[in-house]
Amino acid sequence: MSQRLSGWGRFPVVDCTERASEDLVASCRGAVLTRGLGRSYGDASLPAHAGDVVAGTRFGNRILAFDAATGVLRAEAGLSLSEMDAVSRPRGWVSPVCPGTSYVTLGGMVASDVHGKNHHVKGTFGEHVRALLVMTADGRLLEISREVEGELFAATLGGMGLTGHLVEVEVQLHRVEAPWIHTEEEIATDLADLVVRLRKASREWPYTVAWVDSLMRGRAMGRGVVMKGRWAGADEAPDELPRPLKRIPMPLDLPGWVLGPWSVKAFDAVFYKAHEWRPKHGIVHPDTFFYPLDSILDWNRMYGRRGFIQHQCVLPVDDGEQVVHRFFDTLTSSGSASFLTVLKDCGPEGTGMISFPRPGLSVALDIPMRGAETQALVDALNRHVLEAGGRIYLAKDALTRPEDFAAMDPRIDAWNAVRRRWDPEGRLKSALSVRLLGDEA
Amino acid sequence: MKAVVLGATKGMGRALAQAMAARGDRLCLLGRDGDALAKGAEDLRIRGAPEPVKTVPCDLSDPDGFEAALDAADAALDGFDTVVITAALFGTQDELEADPARTARLLQVNFTNTILFCELARKRLLARGGGTLCVFSSVAGDRARKPVVLYGASKAGLSYYCEGLDHKFAQQGLHVLLVKPGFVKTSMTAGLDPPPFAGEPDDVAKSVLSAMDAGKAVVYAPAPWRLVMLVIRNLPRFVMRRIGF
Repeated sequence: MSQRLSGWGRFPVVDCTERASEDLVASCRGAVLTRGLGRSYGDASLPAHAGDVVAGTRFGNRILAFDAATGVLRAEAGLSLSEMDAVSRPRGWVSPVCPGTSYVTLGGMVASDVHGKNHHVKGTFGEHVRALLVMTADGRLLEISREVEGELFAATLGGMGLTGHLVEVEVQLHRVEAPWIHTEEEIATDLADLVVRLRKASREWPYTVAWVDSLMRGRAMGRGVVMKGRWAGADEAPDELPRPLKRIPMPLDLPGWVLGPWSVKAFDAVFYKAHEWRPKHGIVHPDTFFYPLDSILDWNRMYGRRGFIQHQCVLPVDDGEQVVHRFFDTLTSSGSASFLTVLKDCGPEGTGMISFPRPGLSVALDIPMRGAETQALVDALNRHVLEAGGRIYLAKDALTRPEDFAAMDPRIDAWNAVRRRWDPEGRLKSALSVRLLGDEA
Repeated sequence: MKAVVLGATKGMGRALAQAMAARGDRLCLLGRDGDALAKGAEDLRIRGAPEPVKTVPCDLSDPDGFEAALDAADAALDGFDTVVITAALFGTQDELEADPARTARLLQVNFTNTILFCELARKRLLARGGGTLCVFSSVAGDRARKPVVLYGASKAGLSYYCEGLDHKFAQQGLHVLLVKPGFVKTSMTAGLDPPPFAGEPDDVAKSVLSAMDAGKAVVYAPAPWRLVMLVIRNLPRFVMRRIGF
C-alpha cells in the first residue's frame, strides 16, 4: 500500500508508505523518518525514496502528565499544539512559543525548533523543552535533556527528525493571568519605516510581527502593518474562556490562476487599507492573533494542484537594511506574487545546533509553484541570503540548491558528526537530507 | 453523563472519549490492553474528566467476561447512564478473503459479540429507566460494495440490530444512537489513500456528541456521507457490479 505524501506546500510529492498507529514505538521501529501533521512546507517530512516507510505520529496524542502548579507538560510526540492549547489555557498556562499554525505536533515543533512572534524574548520552542524521549537509529529508547546526552539533545532540537524518532516531549509552559491577547497595530508606509517600527515595537512588546504588501514597488515598497501583542491582564480580559473558533473548510483545489499577481495585489491593497483605516486595538482571541490562517482549513488547496513553496530566510542586518531592500527588489521585479509576506526580527541563537533563527530580520514568502521560474526566483533570493551572511529555514524549503545551503550554513558539519555517532549506518534520512545535507541517496 | 466506553484507547473511540473528557463527563474505560487503558485514563483525567477515570479489562472476543466488566463499570461510575462501543476489527477485502480464520474472528467480534455486549448493556440501562447506547457501525453496512463485502456484512448486521433495538425500546427510555462513520483517517485506515469527504476523528467525535445530546437515532460522520450513501444505496445492481467502490 503506498500513498502520495507531500508537505504543506504540496510540492514535491512522494509515493511512499506512512505507518501510523497509536503505538508510536512500534510505528517508529525500522522507519527512515517520522512525520507529524505534515505542516513543514517542502520535503522535510518526506522519505527520500518511493517505497520507504515513514512513521506517522498523529495518532500518538496522549498527554502523559501535566502539573498545573508548575506548568510542566509531558505528552506523546503526536499531540497537536491546538489540543495542548485547549487543555492548558483554561488552567492558566500557554505554549511558550506559538508558530503560525496550531495544527503542528509537539514532535514537529521540536524537529523544526519552531519560533514565533516572541522569538526576540523567548527564543525557539526548544529553549522550553525539558526532556525528550527519542528512539535512536539502532532502536534504543533514550530519555535525553540538556543534562543527559546533551549533545544529542542539542542536535535534535531543530534536527529535522534526523537524529532519532521523537516519541515523547516534555515542555515547560508559560504562566498567564488570562488566556486572551491585547493587540495593537501600526501602519508603516515603506520598508525602512516598517523595519524601524518593528524593531521599536520589539523593545516594548513580547509579541511582534509585520505583514508586508509584497507587490508594491517604488517608494511604497515594503509598506505594511506591524502587529504587536501581549497576554491580557486579569483586569482587562473577558471573564469567560476563549471558545473554539469556527473553521471554514476548503473542500477542493482552486485553479492555479486564482492566486495570481492581480488577485494578490487586490487582496494586499484591501488588507492594507482596512488596517490603515482602522488599526486593531484591544482584546482578541489568542487563535486569531497567533494562527490567523487556521481559520481556513486546508488553505494550501487555494494554490491549486501545482502547490506552492515558502521561502523563509533570516538576514543579518548589522550593516544596515540595504540587504532587505535588495531582497524585496528582486522579489517585486520577478513578477511572482507572494500571497503572504511576513517579517519578524529574531533574537539570539539558542541550544539547537542547526536551528534556523539568528539575530536579524526573518522574511517569509509564499510563492505559487511554477517550475523553473520559481526555481530561478529561489536561486536569486538565495544569492541575497548568501551575500548577507544569512540562512534559510529547512522546515520551509523545497528548492534551495545544496551548494548554496552548504555555503549558508557551515554548522551542518558539526551536526552531521553528532548524527553519525548515533547513526553510523545512516539509517535515518529524508528527502530533504538527501537533497541538501549530504546524505547518500 | 456517566459513560462506559469500550474502545477508548484507539481511533474514533479515543477522540470521542477525549471530547467527553473535555466537557467533564465521568468516564470508565473498557479494553484489552492494561497499559494503554492506564495511559488513556490519565490523558482523559488531564483533559478534564472527573477523577477517578477507572479502567476495567474487557475483551470483545471473550463474551464470558462482559457481565463482570459491566459490573465493575457500574461500581466505578455508581451506575452508568451511557454505554459507547467503538471497538471493532477491520480487514481489507483482500486480506479477509485470503484468511478465513481472520474472517471468522472479524464476523464473531463485530457482529455476534458486539450484539451480546449490547444486550447486557441495554438490559442494565432499561432496568434503571433508560439511558444511551451508542454503537459504532459503518457506512459499509448500508450497501454491499466490492471492497467491503465481508467487513460490510458484519456492520450491516450490527446496524440492523441497533435499528431493531430503537424500534422496540425507544418508548421505554432507551436511546440507541447508531453511528455510521464514512472514511475516517484513523490508524485503522492508515495506509489507504483517503477518498473525498474523508473525515478526522475529532470531527466525528463532535458530530457524535451533538447527536447524542439531541437524542438522534442515526448519525453519519462526516455529514456528507449521508448523501453519498443515499446515492450509493439507490444505484442499480448493474452499476454496482461494474464500479470498484
